[in-house]
Amino acid sequence: MADSDTYPLDRRDVAQALLEGRDGLVVVAGLGACAWDITAVGDHDLNFPLWGAMGGAASVGLGIALAQPDRRVLVLTGDGEMLMGLGSLATIALQKPENLAVVVLDNERYGETGMQQTHTAFGVDLPAAAAAVGILVTGTVRDQGELDTALPVIRETPGPVFYSIKVKAEELAFVLPSNDGVVLKERMRKAMLGGTG
Amino acid sequence: MSDWSEGVFETLISTGVRQAAYVPDMGLKKLIDLCIAHDAMTTIALTTEEEGMGVLGGAWMGGDRGVLLMQSSGVGNCINMLSLTRSCKFPLLMIITMRGQYKEFNSWQMPMGQNAQEILELAGVNARMIDEMDAVAPAVADAAEEVFTDNACIAVMVHQKLMPVKTFGK
Repeated sequence: MADSDTYPLDRRDVAQALLEGRDGLVVVAGLGACAWDITAVGDHDLNFPLWGAMGGAASVGLGIALAQPDRRVLVLTGDGEMLMGLGSLATIALQKPENLAVVVLDNERYGETGMQQTHTAFGVDLPAAAAAVGILVTGTVRDQGELDTALPVIRETPGPVFYSIKVKAEELAFVLPSNDGVVLKERMRKAMLGGTG
Repeated sequence: MSDWSEGVFETLISTGVRQAAYVPDMGLKKLIDLCIAHDAMTTIALTTEEEGMGVLGGAWMGGDRGVLLMQSSGVGNCINMLSLTRSCKFPLLMIITMRGQYKEFNSWQMPMGQNAQEILELAGVNARMIDEMDAVAPAVADAAEEVFTDNACIAVMVHQKLMPVKTFGK
C-alpha cells in the first residue's frame, strides 16, 4: 500500500483547480481540512464550510442540489468525513441529481486528530462503493494528468458525480472561515435566492 | 379507525413543504405514500435519520421547505447532526411516530421510545406529544408556521395509540 505522505497532488492546489472560474458554483465543504482548503482559495458567499456535523456534507449538498436544480453543487470533503456518512451516497443515488458532484480529497488520514490512518489507507475504495450504490459517474485521481481529465467531469458532466482525489498527507496552515453558522447560512441563502434570504 | 395522515399531508402542501425526507414507520406508511404520489413533493428516502438534518438544511438554503418523517427509534441517530441545525438555526420540522409507548410488542423499542421526547429536548428540539387524532394536523400546522417564520426546530410526536398495533402475527 502506497504511503500517502508521498502522493504527488497537493490538496490546496487541487482545491484551487476545482474552484477556478467558479462562477455560480455552490461549494459545501466537510469539516476540517476541506473547510480550510476552500477558504484558502478564497472566501465566497456560495461557500458553506462545516465546522461539525461529521458525515453530513454530502447530505447538505443533496438538499441544495434538489432545491436548485439549475445550479452546480460541489461537495468537497475528506475521506474520514465521507466514511462517516457513506449511506448518504445511497440516498443521493436514489435521487440522481444531475447537478451534484461529491469529491473526496483523500489523504487517507484523519487530519484534525493526529493524522491517524482512515479506512482508505487500507484499501477501502470509495469510488467503487459509490458506483456500487448507483452513483452514475465515478473515478479516482492520482496525479496531475488524471486531475486535468477529471476537472471538466466534476464541473460539468451530468451526475451525480463522485471522485476520490488522492492527495498528499500534510499538515498545512489553518485558513479559517467564519464559524458563525447563521452567517454562513444567511449569506448562502441570499446569494442563491436574492433579496428573499 | 379514522386517520391523521391526510390532514397532515394537506397541511404540509398548503404550508409550502416540498421536500419530504423519511425513514419509514408503519404509522407513517400512508403519509409517505401520499408524499410519493404527489408531483409537487420531492420524497427522499434516507438510510439513517441524521441525513435529514443535512438534506433539509441544504434545502432551506436553496429555497425549499422540508419535513423529516421518522419513528422515535431514530431519535438517537440524530443527536450529533442536530448540532448543524442548531448552530446554523436551520428551520427543522419533524413528524415522529412513537414506538415503545403503548401496546408495544417489541421490548427492544422501549429504551429509545420512552426517552425520545426528553432526548430531543436536551438536543434543542421543541418536542410536542400529540395523543388525539384530530389534534395532529393542527399541531403540524402550528409547528410549520413557527419553524419557517422563526427558524425553529420542532418535533410533532404522534402518540403510539394513534397508530396501528403491531403484533408480529400473534
